[in-house]
Amino acid sequence: MTAQTCPRQHQRTTMEIASLEPSLYTVKAVFILDNDGNRLLSKYYDTELYPSMKEQKNFEKNVFNKTHKADTDEIAFVEGMTIVYKCSIDLFFYVVGSAQENELMLMAVLNCLFESLGQILRKNVERRCLLDNMDGVFLVVDEIIDGGVILESDPQQVIQKVNYRLDGSEQAYGLGLFDYIVGNIDEQTDRSQCA
Amino acid sequence: MIKKFDKKDEESGSGSNPFQHLEKSAVLQEARIFNETPINPRRCLHILTKIIYLLNQGEHFGTMEATEAFFAMTRLFQSNDQTLRRMCYLTIKEMANISEDVIIVTSSLTKDMTGKEDVYRGPAIRALCRITDTTMLQAIERYMKQAIVDKVPSVSSSALVSSLHMVKMSYDVVKRWVNEAQEAASSDNIMVQYHALGLLYHLRKNDRLAVSKMLNKFTKSGLKSPFAYCMLIRIASKLLEETEAGHDSPLFDFIESCLRNKHEMVVYEAASAIVHMPNCTARELAPAVSVLQLFCSSPKAALRYAAVRTLNKVAMKHPSAVTACNLDLENLITDSNRSIATLAITTLLKTGSESSVDRLMKQISSFVSEISDEFKVVVVQAISALCQKYPRKHSVMMNFLSNMLRDDGGFEYKRAIVDCIISIIEENPESKETGLAHLCEFIEDCEHTVLATKILHLLGKEGPRTPSPSKYIRFIFNRVVLESEAVRAAAVSALAKFGAQNDDLLPSVLVLMQRCMMDSDDEVRDRATFYMNVLQQKQKALNAAYIFNVRLCLSVSVPGLEKSLHQYTLEPTEKPFDMKSVPLANTPITEQKTEFAPVATSKLPEKPGPTRQDIYQEQLAAIPEFQGLGSLFKTSEAVQLTEAETEYVVRCVKHTFARHMVFQFDCTNTLNDQLLQKVMVQMEPSEAYEVLHYVPAANLPYSQPGSCYSLVRLPEDDPTAVSCTFSCTLKYLVKDCDPNTGEPDDDGYDDEYVLEDLEVTVADHIQKVLKPNFAAAWDEVGDDFEKEETFALASVRTLDEAVGNIISFLGMQPCERSDKVPENKNSHILFLAGVFRGGHDVLVRSRLALADGVTMQVTVRSSDETVVDIILASVG
Repeated sequence: MTAQTCPRQHQRTTMEIASLEPSLYTVKAVFILDNDGNRLLSKYYDTELYPSMKEQKNFEKNVFNKTHKADTDEIAFVEGMTIVYKCSIDLFFYVVGSAQENELMLMAVLNCLFESLGQILRKNVERRCLLDNMDGVFLVVDEIIDGGVILESDPQQVIQKVNYRLDGSEQAYGLGLFDYIVGNIDEQTDRSQCA
Repeated sequence: MIKKFDKKDEESGSGSNPFQHLEKSAVLQEARIFNETPINPRRCLHILTKIIYLLNQGEHFGTMEATEAFFAMTRLFQSNDQTLRRMCYLTIKEMANISEDVIIVTSSLTKDMTGKEDVYRGPAIRALCRITDTTMLQAIERYMKQAIVDKVPSVSSSALVSSLHMVKMSYDVVKRWVNEAQEAASSDNIMVQYHALGLLYHLRKNDRLAVSKMLNKFTKSGLKSPFAYCMLIRIASKLLEETEAGHDSPLFDFIESCLRNKHEMVVYEAASAIVHMPNCTARELAPAVSVLQLFCSSPKAALRYAAVRTLNKVAMKHPSAVTACNLDLENLITDSNRSIATLAITTLLKTGSESSVDRLMKQISSFVSEISDEFKVVVVQAISALCQKYPRKHSVMMNFLSNMLRDDGGFEYKRAIVDCIISIIEENPESKETGLAHLCEFIEDCEHTVLATKILHLLGKEGPRTPSPSKYIRFIFNRVVLESEAVRAAAVSALAKFGAQNDDLLPSVLVLMQRCMMDSDDEVRDRATFYMNVLQQKQKALNAAYIFNVRLCLSVSVPGLEKSLHQYTLEPTEKPFDMKSVPLANTPITEQKTEFAPVATSKLPEKPGPTRQDIYQEQLAAIPEFQGLGSLFKTSEAVQLTEAETEYVVRCVKHTFARHMVFQFDCTNTLNDQLLQKVMVQMEPSEAYEVLHYVPAANLPYSQPGSCYSLVRLPEDDPTAVSCTFSCTLKYLVKDCDPNTGEPDDDGYDDEYVLEDLEVTVADHIQKVLKPNFAAAWDEVGDDFEKEETFALASVRTLDEAVGNIISFLGMQPCERSDKVPENKNSHILFLAGVFRGGHDVLVRSRLALADGVTMQVTVRSSDETVVDIILASVG
């Protein structure tokens, strides 16, 4: 380890709490990974934290390795950062804040993200469906956090602002009507939701 | 019909990724359809998504290709598809730094931000502000002001948050929107309220009075948003800390009242704020601790984590305050979230009794391998604190630590363990041998050079003084055979110390040295040759000077040495280079170890950069009046010459040179309607000190600190006159000015302001130097100029107090950890070392005995007789 990297690394790994400068910049980063730890979406709002892509991916890998086994937990402390996370089928959602950040504020962001996505994806919060509606996902993240500031924390408001229609929904309505007529609606809706 | 993604992907199951084999060039090729008429929203949307996805994956876009795609994208503003338009905004934000000429979309965005479609307005503002610079900001200022007070919450929020982002870039422009922000703060919408509060605070944070007024207003009117409450709590606690207001202040009452808020987030924020306040009494902590206690049994892991982490923090300072939560913490030690369990155990280790230590240690060893390094460090810190508290438990701890040392772990973790073991060794002499044995075992297989060299240094220091030093030789010599150059060199130095202190080992050490002289590395060979020759002389004084207390290499500041040598080469002279002219480095804080709290291990490692004194030296050298003073010998800590809350705040830093002193007065003007000019501090000495020069500060505007200097010649005819009192007066020319613009009036008047007296004491003439082996240094200086005297310190009641007084009075470095008085002893010996102005070593041995008051026998040795007299005279 060289002398330059040493102080910074050290700062990150200790849990010492310094007094917090009042600021709206709450969220350091947000990312969504699949169950192999691959990045599907990630946003870093603090440009000083992990400035290069390589450092970001390393950090994500590190976070993933420490969290994917314990998927019932919802909070961890990695590289000097507080991380709240949630897992859904084959997706992992992470919200990162500084060690001094109010954990419940980060939780509010995570919950809002998760519920908003749950709504636009009609509860199919899984990898394939998410990727099929990536534009909607980008817009949701954009409405919840702007440059690290929590812009909105109420999922209903987020949905309203994004006003996103699930991809293939027109088609689904068409099929739905058809299925309604032929009488196998239940079976079809499941399939069409994620077409 | 165009399907969004290829249906073929679906066949390969949910594992496939529609974006997996995206080629940047292919996507950019596809982006050409942006230019087709009519626009196909769905296809274009899909392509934009792909572009953003690629950017997100870290794909690099060249300026040319990005600009091309960006310009093509601007055509899409013709379409009215909502999602497409929103994705355009996102693309603009993502490409703002990659593409050129992004400002061409300004007019489209301005149109959207003022248009009828509310859905577009907020996002358009945010995109617009992302591409705007200071000059363009003026052009859209009118729209921004309107948007901030817009009745649509998303528009108002977007404008406020974007303004906040732009404060860094164009503070002066955004500052003008403060009235609009004020209006937005009374909005009914919770997010608007929060963002307005955040922006207001950022605009006013340098004006304490305004912040305090704002707090007052909001704490009275009450807020709806829990986020805004959290922000208010943070602002309040920061203000409390800055003003050092007592805990009877209304701000403290406000924070305490937030403990009863209905949102957990606010309650936790308030509790955490109280816990982090300095000097909180146990009674003030109690309500905060009891809400945290409730959180410990929450079903939400995040809340339990937050609570136990904060309790852990409380336990560091007030273990007794947390005792009430012991039962709740006990329940958490089996928590499925290992982070929570670890924090619970380490907290219990701090609060629990000695009897529970064994049980907790056993519990934690059952899962220590499952937790992350960060928490292992926390565990080690807890153990280290525990060893301080229960010295008798050190054998249990030492075992545990040595097991941890054998496990895998990163550098930080290993370093924490090594630091902890070292501190145990230093605290408990009886644990020295076991500790050293564990460390020896560790360096047998240690991949971290830094730790290996550190341990070798420790072995060299402590090993020779153990009953059987010979057993360490094997471990050390193994390093010489097996390790990298840096470790080998450290091992050679350690060996030399054994040879120097143990006569019976000397022959074997010399044989080993002989072999080291054939090493392939220059440094190792050089050291071996050097030590070989020193050791062969078999002279105690030589050993002391060149092996134990290597003053010349260690205690000078490296940048200072560099500068002196450079100076020396510039002026051709017959004289040899004088090492004494090099400024001494301040003894690093980490070496003092006066307080070993758990936090001590988390202090930043010493930076190799310039020290505070080097920075001052640089600054002073730039002032023409101070040329020719020689190099800076010592810089004192700053002394306040005013009360904290006065119109002008002045503090003084004393710089000592060989024959002069420079007083640096750092002044701050806290009146925003005054500009001070020609500021200087007039000094009236009580002794034969002579003020030679005043260097005034030309301008001292509101809240910008400035420095003025006074140069004083030390009395040459009477070298023993080391102490002096100066009465100081601040003199200046006042010009009234406009508080808002800072524009001063043309006329001013002279005024003065009386400051507190400034003392120069013997400590200002002595620089601290750490002698790792005091006895050797004592012999080295010799008894040519030794004097002894006995004093009675009647007013002092304890040995601790006496030791503290002597150290601060003489300003010398305590050696051999003699600043710590063992408990239940009524006599103690304090060893102090330093260098007197002019470069004379001075050592003080002070025997203290406690009877009625403390009796002190002081023995002073130095290479110069006057110095001995000065010290004794000043003590008496």
